[in-house]
Amino acid sequence: MSEGIGARVLRKEDKRFITGKGRYTDDIVEDNQAYAAFVRSPHAHARIVSIDTTAAMKMEGVETVLMGPELVADGIGNIICGWGVTSKDGSPMNMGAWSALATEKVRYVGDAVAIVVADTKSLAKLAAESVVVTYEELPVVVGSVEALEKGAPQLHDNAPGNLIFDWEIGDLAPTDAALAAAAHVTELDITNNRLAPNPMEPRSAIATFNEAEDHYTLYTTSQNPHVARLVLSAFYNVAPEHKLRVIAPDVGGGFGSKIYIYPEEIACLWAAMKSGRSIKWTSDRTEAFLTDAHGRDHVSKAKIGFDKDGMIVGLKVETKANLGAYMSLFSSAVPTYLYATLLSGQYNIANIYCNVQAVYTNTVPVDAYRGAGRPEACYVIERIMETAAREMGVDPSELRAKNFVTSFPHQTPVIMAYDSGDFAANQKQAQDAADVAGFAVRKSEAATRGKLRGLGYSNYIEACGIAPSAAVGSLGAGVGLWESAEVRVNPVGTIEILTGSHSHGQGHETTFAQIVAERFDLPTENIQIVHGDTDKVQFGMGTYGSRSGAVGMSAIVKAMDKVEAKVKKIAAHVLEAGEDDIVIEGGAVKVAGTDKQMLWHEVGLAAYTAHNIPEGMEPGLKESAFYDPTNFTFPAGCYICEVEVDPETGVTEVVQFVASDDFGTIINPMIVEGQVHGGIAQGIGQAMFENVVYDDAGQQLSASYMDYTMPRADDLPNYSVHHSSTTCPGNPLGMKGCGEAGAIGSPPAVINAITDAIGNNNLSMPATPAAVWTALQDVSIKLAAE
Amino acid sequence: MYETNFHKASTAQDAAALLAKSDDGKILAGGQTLIPTMKQRLAAPSDLIDLSQVSALRGITITKRKKMGIMKAEGGETITIGAMTTHSEVAGDAELVKVCPVICQLAGNIGDPAVRHRGTIGGSVANNDPAADYPAALLALGATIHTNAREIAAADYFKGMFATALTDDEIITAVSFQAPAVAGYGKFPNPASRYAMAGVFVAKSVEGDVRVAVTGAGDNGVYRHAGLEAALSADWSAASVEAVEVSADGLMSDLHGNAAYRANLIKVMTKRALA
Repeated sequence: MSEGIGARVLRKEDKRFITGKGRYTDDIVEDNQAYAAFVRSPHAHARIVSIDTTAAMKMEGVETVLMGPELVADGIGNIICGWGVTSKDGSPMNMGAWSALATEKVRYVGDAVAIVVADTKSLAKLAAESVVVTYEELPVVVGSVEALEKGAPQLHDNAPGNLIFDWEIGDLAPTDAALAAAAHVTELDITNNRLAPNPMEPRSAIATFNEAEDHYTLYTTSQNPHVARLVLSAFYNVAPEHKLRVIAPDVGGGFGSKIYIYPEEIACLWAAMKSGRSIKWTSDRTEAFLTDAHGRDHVSKAKIGFDKDGMIVGLKVETKANLGAYMSLFSSAVPTYLYATLLSGQYNIANIYCNVQAVYTNTVPVDAYRGAGRPEACYVIERIMETAAREMGVDPSELRAKNFVTSFPHQTPVIMAYDSGDFAANQKQAQDAADVAGFAVRKSEAATRGKLRGLGYSNYIEACGIAPSAAVGSLGAGVGLWESAEVRVNPVGTIEILTGSHSHGQGHETTFAQIVAERFDLPTENIQIVHGDTDKVQFGMGTYGSRSGAVGMSAIVKAMDKVEAKVKKIAAHVLEAGEDDIVIEGGAVKVAGTDKQMLWHEVGLAAYTAHNIPEGMEPGLKESAFYDPTNFTFPAGCYICEVEVDPETGVTEVVQFVASDDFGTIINPMIVEGQVHGGIAQGIGQAMFENVVYDDAGQQLSASYMDYTMPRADDLPNYSVHHSSTTCPGNPLGMKGCGEAGAIGSPPAVINAITDAIGNNNLSMPATPAAVWTALQDVSIKLAAE
Repeated sequence: MYETNFHKASTAQDAAALLAKSDDGKILAGGQTLIPTMKQRLAAPSDLIDLSQVSALRGITITKRKKMGIMKAEGGETITIGAMTTHSEVAGDAELVKVCPVICQLAGNIGDPAVRHRGTIGGSVANNDPAADYPAALLALGATIHTNAREIAAADYFKGMFATALTDDEIITAVSFQAPAVAGYGKFPNPASRYAMAGVFVAKSVEGDVRVAVTGAGDNGVYRHAGLEAALSADWSAASVEAVEVSADGLMSDLHGNAAYRANLIKVMTKRALA
């Protein structure tokens, strides 16, 4: 069986994962290792009056207790947001200072105040509890709408009114004019609920300072160890870049939450230098709820207009984005360039305007979480399209279809230029698989069982494989978003691929090997993927934004191009043939049409012995490449969800979920289907189960699995996953990203289905049984009144 | 978890002695609530006295009702469940399911398999979590809670959320009850924790007494619902439940649902308990 592109190769990494042999950060033990625990604020907003560490310092086995003022005095820099967003009046965003350990104020429950280092984990926790911090409590605000109100508690002095930026995209006047002239206008208030990321492995770090070598090592749960090293050295001044090695070993899921460099890693590195001990910190689950960057949390008002034929004439959206107490690494980009640029959806819309106000609140910082901005955009456009169809009394799929973009490239009014797609094909495939024609019969049958059955669509498009460096640079990004790869062919012909991408569940060890197997016609067992260590891989931008295929694999292709060229030169030289006549197949390098050949490993050996290579050629067979994409990729598709609601309890069962995705070229269908399954699970999770809830004092009421509802296997249906693909013209393999699509496309399909079932469009996520039941009571009250 | 002293008791008397000797000891009867609470540093007992090796506290006995002339109705067997009997053992007991299937069904839906294989009826009853299942069953069945010191009627035992009639050094040894003529349990699980958001246990004894106990919904733990009892005493049917006004007063409101929703659930779960 071929192991190349398109093969369902079983995951190479699963042997160690499913036999418990994975090596995660917390599994690693350094010599002279101590443990850190953090003293955290129990208040959402307070001034630090004093900190008394006397009792903690007296405990035997406590190495040190370190606090914010000392960290600042040592020149450790504030945590930054790496993407500058400019307000519509031209002013830069108002980034408040975020010290890894709080100095004067704490701004959310969980804000780190001090780091305690002790011989054991248990002792570190005990000592942290004995640190006495006196706070002067300040008024608290947790919601973005409330935070913008006059007289709201102020978080940062340099962000008056808690406003971080007031940003816009598109043209306001033409959009208002188009809406004013529209034959039908639909308006919708939309809340996109706040989520906690919940990777299976909590965050962890081990920091070591080797004084003799003046060198630091950090093991950490990172999706991008190279960026972590850059930021830790260039901005946080923890250590010079060439004196810091960052290793992200096996990482158990991230979903975005492990992109960022958090206070704990900074404090552990600094404390390792101060104390001379290796320092390990591993988050527990409660700490994860309290400190891992959350996702979503938008409040929007949307308005869409149609002409008399049902063609969209304009879309206007106003969004308030809650960014929490501090600006996390990519927090500014999520509700702007990753959100409003996708508001055109799959549709031809001449006029779009979006205004986004980003707001500080006394909550955990909010940043990218699987989909990052695109689920919020998809939810706005797909909820309002479905609502408009219901208001106009037309079939929601037909309203969508008549507005589809059908020719490519297509320039939207909100930056994005869609490069490819066949939205009608995806919709048709999904409708056939979902047997939409048979829905009415199923609905009647459900009614005989006392159940309300509903069907909802979501025709999503997203932009991923981020991203062209110059383009994102012009929009404010502080980094380029290329990727690097190195292909090392060993003298025996085996291959190591060094990549700047990072695998934390994506299966790169398998899929990356498959594209090499395809190119050089070798078994994947001869190919090893190396990643996640700044001492091994020179640089890379890491894994997020569904970029490892479209960008990371493209870099490998570029490096393989160079290897192939050199292999052909060597073979042509040895076999005395023209380079153009050389072909690589079946584990050999051949002169086409003859029986002359070198075995693959013989070419490798020839390159390294260098006894007989072309004159002037350098020995060895190792090539590297940096690949910078020319555009985003635009995965798109059609999701159809069918639900049954029990009107007595409000319990909703997802009885069918059909996905038709366009991911371009698919390397490993099994892994892609797994990504879609996981993405939809998280999307259904957002739509029906998950919700971070704060009380007015800024305490998280949902900070454990007793109250934060993760979707479980018995909550989810068997998915019906299909592909109908167009090739992406922007990268050499024709790939589009697949990692986030499921989470982006599914929430509106679910809510559209439930609102269809209950006959009340006024339903917010998560559609818990109580929420659905309450919405049903509103329907019956309305019916009774009529 | 804070440090604690772990003891393995061999008999209930042994456990009681260890408990009396300890500063702030706790009985470990499965630990499915206590251990997570300790891991979250929300409980810090000085000593843990583990009952898992006390075999006398484990097992189910069923005593046939003495025949008094002709058999009047089915049921009436006396069922005694040792305090350390796990939920899984209750759920899977082949004899128990013949005389009181509802208690097996209830036990089989507590938590998840891991919880059911460690958690015990004595632990659950001693903890009296306001959303636990067993308290509703015992209250509705008119059960007796046996301790190392005395016997306590369920009606006198449950004293509000996490509060019981147990004294500091008292250990539950068993619970017993008479198999009902007919009984049912309707549970609406909390989507996150899967404890009851509203659990309603309906039971009619062989003598014809009707009791309806509600867990999960009240703002002070398990309680009996007089309105539902009156309706079902008059007419044991879903239709009679329909006519009952279940008030939201005294019910819990939280992020999973308000009191009005819980009031609705009580009614719906009562009907489902009858089905």
